[in-house]
Amino acid sequence: MSEPIKQTVDQPRVGTGRPTPALTFVALAIAALFAVPGGYVLWRTATAQVDHLDLLTSAATLDPLWRTVQLAVLVSTTAALLGTGLAWLTTRTDLPLKRFWRIVVPLPLVYPSFVGAAAFLSGLTPGGIVHDLAGAIGFDLNLRLHGLFGAWLVLTLFTYPYVYLPVAARLAALPRGLEENARLLGDRPRTVFRRIVFPQITSSVAAGALLVFLYTVSDFGAVHLMRFETLTQTIFRTRLFDQDRSFTLAFLLLALALLVIATERTVARRGARSAIISNQPALQVPLGRMKPLALTAISFVVGLALFAPAISLADWGLFGWLRDQNGTTALRMDWSDVIVPTWNTIWISLVAAAAAIAAMLPIAYLLARHRSRTGDLVNTVVVAGFAIPGLVVALSLIFWTLHASPFEFLIGSLPVLVFAYVVHFGAQALRTSQVAVSTVPKQMDDAARLLGARKFRRFFTVDLPLMTPGLAAGGGLVMLSTMKELPATLLVAPIGFRTLAVEIWSTYEALYLPETALLALVLVGISALLTWLLVVRRASHLA
Amino acid sequence: MFRPKYFFTPLLAFSLLFGLTACGGDDIQTLTVYSGRSEKLIGPIFEAFEASTGIALEVRYGSSNDLALVLETEGDKTPADVFLSRSPGPVGYLEDQNALAPLSEDILNQVSAGHRSPDGNWVGFAGRGRVLVYNIDETTEAELPASVFDLTDERFRGQVAIPGSNSSFQDWFTIFRLRNGDDAVINWLDGMVANGARFYPKNGAIVEAVGRNEIQFGLVNHYYNFQKVAANGDAQRSANWGFSEGDDGGLMIIASAAVLNQSDHQDLAQELIAFLLSDEQQTYLTESVYEYPLAIGVYPAAVLPDTPADTVGAIPIDDVSSAFTRTMEIIEASGILDQ
Repeated sequence: MSEPIKQTVDQPRVGTGRPTPALTFVALAIAALFAVPGGYVLWRTATAQVDHLDLLTSAATLDPLWRTVQLAVLVSTTAALLGTGLAWLTTRTDLPLKRFWRIVVPLPLVYPSFVGAAAFLSGLTPGGIVHDLAGAIGFDLNLRLHGLFGAWLVLTLFTYPYVYLPVAARLAALPRGLEENARLLGDRPRTVFRRIVFPQITSSVAAGALLVFLYTVSDFGAVHLMRFETLTQTIFRTRLFDQDRSFTLAFLLLALALLVIATERTVARRGARSAIISNQPALQVPLGRMKPLALTAISFVVGLALFAPAISLADWGLFGWLRDQNGTTALRMDWSDVIVPTWNTIWISLVAAAAAIAAMLPIAYLLARHRSRTGDLVNTVVVAGFAIPGLVVALSLIFWTLHASPFEFLIGSLPVLVFAYVVHFGAQALRTSQVAVSTVPKQMDDAARLLGARKFRRFFTVDLPLMTPGLAAGGGLVMLSTMKELPATLLVAPIGFRTLAVEIWSTYEALYLPETALLALVLVGISALLTWLLVVRRASHLA
Repeated sequence: MFRPKYFFTPLLAFSLLFGLTACGGDDIQTLTVYSGRSEKLIGPIFEAFEASTGIALEVRYGSSNDLALVLETEGDKTPADVFLSRSPGPVGYLEDQNALAPLSEDILNQVSAGHRSPDGNWVGFAGRGRVLVYNIDETTEAELPASVFDLTDERFRGQVAIPGSNSSFQDWFTIFRLRNGDDAVINWLDGMVANGARFYPKNGAIVEAVGRNEIQFGLVNHYYNFQKVAANGDAQRSANWGFSEGDDGGLMIIASAAVLNQSDHQDLAQELIAFLLSDEQQTYLTESVYEYPLAIGVYPAAVLPDTPADTVGAIPIDDVSSAFTRTMEIIEASGILDQ
């Protein structure tokens, strides 16, 4: 049992020199924009006509807070294990059908929380198609899906991609030299993983787990359907008639998030980093006798997280289609109800992802290349944006745009919507961007500089190509989140701007389940396509 | 090779352009509506209005509570002219904030006094009855309870679903509370919890659960079962029961319409509300959407149970915000949300 050989892996990348004033300024300016929702929550809490201490220490607050913490810790731990395991299987082993797995494994992220959980629930409970299919082949799925267990299961299955995508990108890009040496020196694959690989992916795992934690504490749909009373439920229930309480509890959520963000930052600092020095494919481990077991495990997870809800949806959709065909009840939608929202969903989520990466890059440079108080502050503000419920983000931006900024003329326009997406989801691209920046070898930059390349040329010809897999993974997370975003899209988008998530919500509210199902399947389909085009191919050109 | 900068830059430029040009004005008269009623249900009425008046409608859909919050946040800068709410709670809240303009006598008089704001700032245009949905394979009509108060009986132990966090349920519970007094309804809800009532988050989820016999009864809006039967036919094994005549379990919740104070188009806005109450649109609401028409002289579709005797709008509430806050306190204290 020897210590991980950190000192040879670690490169003195953080803390080298003070950041330039320009970089500091840009990062602070971006952080100021990200502070809008948090600032609004703070202001509403400070001006709330409540006895804050009394409210925050009452059982009506502490009970849901405790449930929130329990759930978030459980979900982020299991999602971290699951995401890391799946990432390792799909990037570093000889698992069959790897290309297929790489496309489907991240997809459960795209189910809108409510519809995904509803489909999951209706499929797995007695009378549901998955339950009956399993029964037909001899499995009695007698699950009582609600409460802590139900919420934990559904959220873990829908959020592990937050860990999977960054870790897979990291694993695919790790240099093989160290691992080869360890193997040559006689270490078994398990030891190599523990001593060499794990220290290098710790920060990616922690970053993903943080996102899962923040997603869980701010999720409303899944916990609501699973009847698990977390803080967001109370915030949601009191949002109109008891706003003082609602905002004070949102502030509590924010404080919890800040605490966790600080913890993650400490963990991430301890992780080792190595620069990419070659474009060789990452080292593969033969699974050998474990192959059937690995294949069963990955099929089980993806089956449960992606295909079980998809089968339920297909069941609802097919039912509606059949009734349409035999003339009983016409489907209450036509092609234009699908095509326009699909196109809007695709391009707005791509724009949001690109904008998020652009906003995160300067911050990533600040965090990866310099250790500064400014960096810590900026990091905290940006990541906290993800812990604030979408409805509050939407309200704060409406308030800010109309009453506290010179941008009143932009209200109800697409730039404000993109701004909302970036503020809410930008954090998902931060850590992957940061890892991407820190893996660019300084020597290459120096070499390019010696050859006379200017700053921007160096960025586009040296840094960017090396960072692409990491940036694509982060952008992919933002893209998938944006595709299913609902509250901001409903309240901030230009009137009449329709996305698939909006259409899914609208049909689901009217209980038009076949239509809901067909639209949700389209959403899953296009997210698969985009994930393949933009994330999987990026991440795997090194693997 | 894929180069992000060549791909994203035009998209970004396009989006900025599109966003800004969308702000350009035009000559067609336009009304902005915030609708807490689903597009699938009310969209056809808006289309008919546009066709018959030539006025263009811009409609933002969302949940009524969220839209009321947005209206409050936008304040005097709101672009909205008309607000349609799924229940009187959110419009009542805005009325308390002095955000609504009074409606004309003509419009108010199209519905009976119980279906409009006592102060004349909003009017009901469609009703949904509160009912007990039950599984028709497990229970015969003769076994159904006469009153919502009977549900605390031993024979309903563990068999009633309550959507405690649902806003329709809170609407109903608020009126139920104001009619019977806090003590009586606290006793009732505690009795329900002691009798093993189960919490479900949504009306739709309850009707599904009752249909597949996961639970036998549920307190819901009548509308959901009609939609399920329309979609599933005889395969849907649930039906509605409206309790006996005049029982509080069968109160009606009314969708309400209001004009914003800040609207520059007061007359057009009132015209839209008058259109909602026209015989033709009221008939559409009841025949196609299975809601109760509220305009005097229009009768409910034949398939609907008798019109519930009372409505949620019938009791004037001085302070909507504190009335609903008190309702939530009682619901939370009962522990039903943990069942």
